[in-house]
Amino acid sequence: MSELSIRKTAYSVEDIFHEGGPKPLCSLRRGSAMAVIHNPFAGRYVEEIQWFMEDLKPLGLQMAEKLIALLGGPDQIEGYGKGAMIGEDGELEHGALWHAPGGYAMRQLIEPSNAIVPSTKKVVGIGGYLDVPITHINASYVRSHFDSIEVGLNDAPRKNELSFILVMSTGARIHNRAGGLAATDIEGKDGLR
Amino acid sequence: MTAQIRKIAVNVEETHKEIGRPISPATRKAVAVAVIKNPFAGQYVEDLGDLMEIGAELGTFLGRKCVEALGISAREAESYGKSAMVGENGELEHAAAILHPKLGAPLRKEVEKGAALVPSSKKMGGPGQVLDVPLGHKDAAYVRSHFDGIEVRLNDAPRANEIMVAVAVTDSGRPIPRVGGLKAKDAVGEDGLR
Repeated sequence: MSELSIRKTAYSVEDIFHEGGPKPLCSLRRGSAMAVIHNPFAGRYVEEIQWFMEDLKPLGLQMAEKLIALLGGPDQIEGYGKGAMIGEDGELEHGALWHAPGGYAMRQLIEPSNAIVPSTKKVVGIGGYLDVPITHINASYVRSHFDSIEVGLNDAPRKNELSFILVMSTGARIHNRAGGLAATDIEGKDGLR
Repeated sequence: MTAQIRKIAVNVEETHKEIGRPISPATRKAVAVAVIKNPFAGQYVEDLGDLMEIGAELGTFLGRKCVEALGISAREAESYGKSAMVGENGELEHAAAILHPKLGAPLRKEVEKGAALVPSSKKMGGPGQVLDVPLGHKDAAYVRSHFDGIEVRLNDAPRANEIMVAVAVTDSGRPIPRVGGLKAKDAVGEDGLR
């Protein structure tokens, strides 16, 4: 039986039209999805934790589907990332359970998506914030798409909770001009270039 | 152009106990941060070359600070990351110019090899705001035990015309890694991924 107990979800979308320079043809849309769930391992050391990743798979898919829809559909997504915040009675390692269900949910729904999903995680008190990194979905070295989104909720995670996060973007940074590999020049399928 | 640095800070974090269990040897993370003047604050400048040069300089400077603070040799470094927070008179693209074109290569020299992409984050922010630096294994990005991050915060930075640049280096993964995936000892470390 699933141990998954969701207390709260939060979705956020922002549109960026310019940042002081020439206004681009298309605005950039970025979004985040967060689920605050009960941590079944809070308050004690549990050796075997990997079974919980199975419980998290449907949650990952549900969050990815909703976020993709908010950003205009799978063909609009060009960047992604994921993160986890662990309430204080948990352990950093509990956040690492999100790597597979969070990452592969997005990669299953966004095709192709050859690049590794960048991530970060930390143990926080209530009201903690996390800067979730973003990279291009098909080539990690695409410089124009390196970005990140800050996420947080004033009332989460409580000490026995986990906040799991997915983030996506629809394009490059506004006014990007730092050079490097361009999205139009992605070569192969190795996920890097 | 050389960076005009107002201040630097280096933090080392050690974890000796996690969820009641002793961690021996302790896992250790270092983050070095420089607060620099933003040469392009308050104006739109097309060519960001000066900031790219500053990035190269800070890759060496901050990478070395971390390795020194951990008291390890370059080859003992296991994961790394980089981040920048731009004060409100700057532009997000200024962080990109510092971090992405030229900071990585000199940082890799400081930690020896460094086949993997250096994970990064960037944002606009004001004094006292938190910057989370992502961490990943330096030679094989898929090593699951080394996905982590470290927070850095300075109460007085970045001011509006400043940029806060951070580099993080560790000599270890998470305290008690056990979510499977590629192990550091099984990583080939040639393609940067596995």
